[in-house]
Amino acid sequence: MAEGKRPLPKPTPETQHFWEGAKAGQLKLQSCNECSKTYFPPRPFCPGCGSRDVKVVNASGKAKLHSYVIHARPAPGFDPPYAIAVVELAEGPRMMTNIVGCPQTPEALQLDMDLEVTFVKQTDDIALPMFKPAGT
Amino acid sequence: MKQKSVAVVGAAETTELGKIPGMSQIQLHADAALNAMKDCGLKPKDIDGIATAGETPQALAQYLGITPTYADGTAVGGCSFMLHVRHAAAAINEGLCKTVLITHGESGKSRVAPTPRPPYPDSLAGQFEAPYGVFGPPTMFTIPVMRYLKKYNITQEQLAMVAVVQREWAAKNPRATFRDPITVDDVLNSRMIAYPFRILMCCLVTDGGGALILTSAERAKDFPTKPVYIVGTGESVEGPMISQMEDFTSSKAFRVSGKKAFEEAGIAHKDVDHMMIYDAFAHLPLYGLEDLGFCKPGEAAAFIGERHSAPGGKLPINTNGGGLSYMHSGMYGMYALQESVRQMRGIAPAQIPGAKISVCHGVGGMFAASGTIIFSNEAP
Repeated sequence: MAEGKRPLPKPTPETQHFWEGAKAGQLKLQSCNECSKTYFPPRPFCPGCGSRDVKVVNASGKAKLHSYVIHARPAPGFDPPYAIAVVELAEGPRMMTNIVGCPQTPEALQLDMDLEVTFVKQTDDIALPMFKPAGT
Repeated sequence: MKQKSVAVVGAAETTELGKIPGMSQIQLHADAALNAMKDCGLKPKDIDGIATAGETPQALAQYLGITPTYADGTAVGGCSFMLHVRHAAAAINEGLCKTVLITHGESGKSRVAPTPRPPYPDSLAGQFEAPYGVFGPPTMFTIPVMRYLKKYNITQEQLAMVAVVQREWAAKNPRATFRDPITVDDVLNSRMIAYPFRILMCCLVTDGGGALILTSAERAKDFPTKPVYIVGTGESVEGPMISQMEDFTSSKAFRVSGKKAFEEAGIAHKDVDHMMIYDAFAHLPLYGLEDLGFCKPGEAAAFIGERHSAPGGKLPINTNGGGLSYMHSGMYGMYALQESVRQMRGIAPAQIPGAKISVCHGVGGMFAASGTIIFSNEAP
């Protein structure tokens, strides 16, 4: 068993909707009503044009593996080896995540492989979005 | 800034480098500062500008007995000192002060009185990166590299070659921590840290410090040391979250900072005799060479593989051995600056004969920030 505990997020007023969504099994992004940019991480204005006229949107949950490392050493809450990945969502933004349901090896982790979101409950308040190979 | 209007007149590292359990972080700053003052014949009362990162300018001013009219606490990671040089040059030209001391000290290995850097769980990185098991720079700085390798069809052997070449430079430097030659196989068989990074592709962790003293080019003529003139400067920041880096195969901060420095200096790449590229990990020189325009995208690994940056090559890079083999306290930018100054003074252990222009390029955080300083040893 991994020693220690995985660090967990502490939501802020600007990110609360994201974590509420994750708890309910939905990946929330934001989109600008003025320039149509879809962005992440959450903030109440558009990082593309500065507009405050933005809305929360549901992401498809589809993504591709953009890059990763496989950490060979232990970290609090993790047994090595484990992959730390960045995925590119179908909507455009990228996010850090872990890849689950898949060996943590270079052979199994191929860049650009299709992935889909899954939510892994950590506490009553926090579920973390992670990604698994699509269709598994 | 105005070319060659400001010069480095004092430069020194801590008396010891490596493992220094007998000194706290702030004393490492002071040890380097006192050495730099001795280098150019100044006392604390002669310093009227102070810049530092890690410690605060106020902590250093009080500890060293300095009363500044200019203070810069820019702290953007390991390239903070490049930004300090840039800001100091502007401040001296603007008349805010006459003589600026820039210090670095870090008890990276022994951890004696370091500045705590807690990960805040409500920061954006704390919410959207820390929960996925990132654990220090080896798991963050390295994340973009698989994308880079795939895009340009670069092999791990080519990545390993960066460490091999830098060890050749380190072998010429008595102060380098690691000096024994290594091969590509040695690198690829060394302990795995975070695939595809092996330990010999990662920087050292050591204790040490360094300090610089800058003044106007006019005053520099009165100092006992050979002035090293600042001809071009650049800086930029991108952001602290590696997952949000715009392009995993190129650093925006590098491109902006490098371009600015070359424009200010009014030089071409072929004019550069010597270069330092902050190498916390083996991929940094590849990104640096490409983002500063020395190589086309994807061609830096071949450039290094063909030994152009190695001893005897046309563009000597990281001639002290770099963060991979010389030393790395945490914020290595100061040591890159020190080596550029040594090369311009003509006193480096692996001196490049006749070198007149040195480019010193730094990174802060994990591609979070960048600073570039171009030096010359030719008087205006």
